Amino acid sequence: MSIANQPLLKLENITKRFKELTAVNGVNLEVSLGEKLVIIGPSGSGKSTLLRAINLLEEIEEGTISFEGREVGYVMRGGKRHPDRPQAISALRAEIGMVFQHFHLFPHMTVLGNVMEGPMTVQRKSAEEARTIALDILEKVGLADKRDVFPATLSGGQKQRVAIARALAMRPKLMLFDEPTSALDPELVGEVFDTIHTLADEGMTMIIVTHHMGFARELADRVIFMESGNFLAQGTPEELFSIAQDNERIRGFLNRLL
Amino acid sequence: MGNMLSAIWSQPEDGSAPPLFSRIVAFTTVLLLISALFWFAFNQLQYGWNWGAVWQYRQKFLQGWLTTLLISAAALCLSLLISVFFALARRSRLLPLRYLSLLYIEVVRGTPLLVQILVFFYVVADAVGVSNRYAVGILTLALFAGAYLSEIIRAGIESVGESQLESAAAIGLTRLQTYRFVIFPQVVRRILPPLTGQFASLIKDSSLLSIIAVSEFTLNAQEVNAFTFSTLESYLPLAVGYLLLTLPISLFSRYLEQKYRYAT
Repeated sequence: MSIANQPLLKLENITKRFKELTAVNGVNLEVSLGEKLVIIGPSGSGKSTLLRAINLLEEIEEGTISFEGREVGYVMRGGKRHPDRPQAISALRAEIGMVFQHFHLFPHMTVLGNVMEGPMTVQRKSAEEARTIALDILEKVGLADKRDVFPATLSGGQKQRVAIARALAMRPKLMLFDEPTSALDPELVGEVFDTIHTLADEGMTMIIVTHHMGFARELADRVIFMESGNFLAQGTPEELFSIAQDNERIRGFLNRLL
Repeated sequence: MGNMLSAIWSQPEDGSAPPLFSRIVAFTTVLLLISALFWFAFNQLQYGWNWGAVWQYRQKFLQGWLTTLLISAAALCLSLLISVFFALARRSRLLPLRYLSLLYIEVVRGTPLLVQILVFFYVVADAVGVSNRYAVGILTLALFAGAYLSEIIRAGIESVGESQLESAAAIGLTRLQTYRFVIFPQVVRRILPPLTGQFASLIKDSSLLSIIAVSEFTLNAQEVNAFTFSTLESYLPLAVGYLLLTLPISLFSRYLEQKYRYAT
């Protein structure tokens, strides 16, 4: 297999249990370079857990994660799996951007400080270089004029765009969005949606967990419907909507959203 | 008239800072009232003041004050190091570290400092062959204050929340970098007020080192009292002396609070 055909991310048999509950149940997934994948499904279906497992915020019980053809996150020692060294885990996370539902900006740093933190501390760039990168990205998300204010003074939509900028400053190869618009007032969803749309048009590989069907319809190459830790159905947006005609569970879910 | 008074006395309703004039008037009034109360009480007292006898021992006061200053400063720095270690140990993934921290905090906070000083000096220090009472005193004081401080720091870390740890991890920060650049700056801002109170306690608690004959401020005042039988004259300077040590810490803490202020 040539490198061009090799998937950027490959998940095999991913299983995550919380005590009795199996949140993710032996999931397999391949994401190719430039692909835009949208995961939908009811609350508690395991979609956020799966996303968090990819950048190792959740430790999985079974399965393997491969990034750029290389198995990551865990090592076998004495026939048992253990999390990899902290440095290796941090290095992987530096290549995968993550955006959270509730933004989680650093409240004690300015907007610019938030975006510069990764390049400076993780990538050891000079303050000057980090500043150039950060300003460039803030320009792109339309918040260059807010660079010197603290996050508390921003609207929810602006906070989320700063969070996206913070992740982009690391020049990630893959972006994970965990319900990026769910915590926003309806009138603020548009600006965040547009920012992600622009990013998609530029060819960024991304996985979006969402309840916002606009993402599925307008920018997904592939939509996955997840329930009880399993992939119930997947395909292009058109395919999934036609599957929904025959599948009562998916139809019911979509009807409630639309 | 009534309106004018309330304009001087009250915090403006829009929550802005009161004018300087109002603040000065209010502060002076309170100060005068309290002073008048003490003035009255002391005047009622049938007491032959004898400051002259105590004045002869001014060198002793100064030397004791300086000793207390040095002991407190050393114990304060040491207690900060100790408390950061135990606050992090309490959250460590290694269980023995966690239990060590838990045991340390509970035992130290639950027993009298007096007993700790005696045990450390006459038993522990003796067993390991350390006889310098100043070194033992500083270490005991630092360990004592460290138990309180580490709980303050731990509560501060926990109040910052799991989500900050996660978002820092998500951009690739290591655990150490996360604590240094993301958690601690937020913790410092939150715990400054209780920290200041704890530092003031530490300074005053240093007076208990008099029982192992550390020649600090309180012990020296006691000695002056024994020589002169002028009790009030010996102990009132003590109150002023300790205030001179604790007030600068309070003011410095205010300054830091302003400096680390950010909108929340």
